[in-house]
Amino acid sequence: MQTRKLMAGVLVAGLLAAACGSGDEDAGGGGGGDGDAVTLVVESWRADDKAVWEDTIIPAFEESHEGIELEFQPTAPTEYNAALENRLDGGEAGDIIACRPFDISLELFEAGHLEAVDDLEGMDAFDDVARSGWVTDDGATTYCVPMASVIHGFYYNKDVFDELGLEPPTTTEDLHTVLDAIAADGAATPIAQGTVDQWDIAEVDYTGIGPNYWKGEEGRQALIDGSAQFTDPEYVAPFEELATWGQYMPDGYEALSYDDAKVLFTNGDGAIFPGGSWEITGFERDAGFELGVFAPPLPTDGDPCYISDHVDIGMGMNADTEHADEARTFLEWVASEEFAQLYSNELPGFFSLREGAVEVDNALADDFVSWRDDCESTIRLPAQKLNRGDPAMWDELYAVSSEVVNGTLTPADAAQRLQEGLDSWYTPSE
Amino acid sequence: MSDPSVRLAPAFAASSPRRRRLRSPGARALLFCAPALVIYSTFMVWPLLQSLRFALLDDAGDWVGLDNFDKLFGDPLWSERFWRALRQNMQFFLFHCLVQNPVGLTLAALLTVQRLRGANVYRTLIFVPTTLSVVIVGFAWRLILSPLWGIVHTPLLGRTSTALPTLSLISVWQWIGIPMIFFYATLISIPKELIDASRVDGASAWRTFWRVSFPLVLPMFGVITIVTYIANMNAFDLVFTVQGVQAGPAYSTDLLGTLFYRSAYGSVQGGGDRAMGATVASATFAVILVGLLLFFLVWRRRVRTYQL
Repeated sequence: MQTRKLMAGVLVAGLLAAACGSGDEDAGGGGGGDGDAVTLVVESWRADDKAVWEDTIIPAFEESHEGIELEFQPTAPTEYNAALENRLDGGEAGDIIACRPFDISLELFEAGHLEAVDDLEGMDAFDDVARSGWVTDDGATTYCVPMASVIHGFYYNKDVFDELGLEPPTTTEDLHTVLDAIAADGAATPIAQGTVDQWDIAEVDYTGIGPNYWKGEEGRQALIDGSAQFTDPEYVAPFEELATWGQYMPDGYEALSYDDAKVLFTNGDGAIFPGGSWEITGFERDAGFELGVFAPPLPTDGDPCYISDHVDIGMGMNADTEHADEARTFLEWVASEEFAQLYSNELPGFFSLREGAVEVDNALADDFVSWRDDCESTIRLPAQKLNRGDPAMWDELYAVSSEVVNGTLTPADAAQRLQEGLDSWYTPSE
Repeated sequence: MSDPSVRLAPAFAASSPRRRRLRSPGARALLFCAPALVIYSTFMVWPLLQSLRFALLDDAGDWVGLDNFDKLFGDPLWSERFWRALRQNMQFFLFHCLVQNPVGLTLAALLTVQRLRGANVYRTLIFVPTTLSVVIVGFAWRLILSPLWGIVHTPLLGRTSTALPTLSLISVWQWIGIPMIFFYATLISIPKELIDASRVDGASAWRTFWRVSFPLVLPMFGVITIVTYIANMNAFDLVFTVQGVQAGPAYSTDLLGTLFYRSAYGSVQGGGDRAMGATVASATFAVILVGLLLFFLVWRRRVRTYQL
């Protein structure tokens, strides 16, 4: 009965948010320096990283850059996009802006809130994939310095593998041998995952194993320029692989969430957890066994390998900042190797997008990042351009991927539905 | 006469004409209603009208007339979403009606049994879930129904065929106290003489219930049904808590409320459109309004009420 008030409640909340939004107080405003020092305010949604910034990153920067001080001012992730936009519109935003990848930052750039950063020193260390999250559609202008990405992969329980004498698989065939062996043994669930949350099936599973089939960037660009269709075999094949995974998941996996699966795995009841590098810190804390990771398996032995190395966070500068020179200095530092080392090690699992080897102390993070040496990097398939219309590709992919694993949709029909959804609004750009 | 009010009256009148005006019952009623009226208008009526107005604007705030409604009902993508949500919402409502009215009435009838020990305890226990937050209820049931740590190993919430009925039953479980209390209040208000007379005439308890008590309770069905209808058509929180914004699996638990949320605020990866959100909200409002009109036209005329 309480829900009767819902509509009114939502409306009132919206009203209040609108009223408060414009009056949002912020200490940014270009930041007045004390003495000769200039203070740059850094906007970010990574509230979790506040301690790392204040204890390590900021002191490191200030030590080598006299006269510039930094202030890290994060906003909660769910509020960041709207709050930042309000502050930018009201001229109250900080000098440095942490950039979300793709369309959210592109809109800010097109509205004139972000400056181009192509001419900064150090930018040539970032390749097209690294820049893809913060580049205009024509590829000509980059507006944020790429900072970090997350890599998809499979965690496994080394105890379970050792007991059964299994090696981490490199091909799909190996994977099935391993899964069957674990299933036959029966002590642990082969794949600790459930489909109820949907996002993990789409983001982690489909766009995780998929690049090996559609050859990474080649296949992603082919969808964007219209030379390939979802119904082509290289996009259907990963669905066909996923369709076999349901049987290896725990009983009732259709109603298990990502968090359920994490608990199952860290309790030692699951052998393999499809995930990504962002779980390193949490898993190392919670798992009572030795963890290992392996890269998405190859369809055929000897094929070139591709990994989902998804760009996640960048840094740009507020076009209205009063301290443009200092902001540029800071961004050049963000583009430097020094920052890459610092950031990758302080936040294991978030990898610098800079070309050239970065030494990571954390063993698991080092395993993840080592795949970059042998494999080509790509990003999640729908992230760029393909998610702009209605139906949004992510929404569609969430729904069909989990239906394929549940066995309620065939791989061919899933691909068909994705292509029809895309065709209904998308015209290939080239 | 030494009635003080009579003596004081002229003094009042002389001191302030405004006070005299306030002595008229209409003005005083208005005065006492004003705070509630102001709050209600500001926080209920005005936002509702604004929401209806937003449905006639586009996302940028320019006037587009009925284009949004044309899109909602004409665009195959949107109309499929809307009709699916409406159909599932009706099923959600139907489950409520079919389960909560009979069960609520049965519980109420059992509570009125004369020699039932601990009736108050039962009444309180059955009513308790109603006072819980939906978030807690949703979380608790997700654990209870979890195939991993719960009591059933069938993924009731994970299959398209069972997810909506399961959610409906969770909702009924939570709100069953309300119909029970309504029915209970009606049942205990039935004069003892009627029951006694029926028993003296030789009717069984069963027959007495159906021929005497039930016709007197019947009007309450209408009230409960309409309140349930309004609540169900605005339902959102339970689906959101248990299944998330995508109302999975495969949108099988999508209701008008969750469709509204996704339209207005976007799904998991963003992409909301305030104008379409307001349009879905307005359509929901219309559905509720039509339901209410039908109720008043049909049910109210058909059902006999008895003056006791």
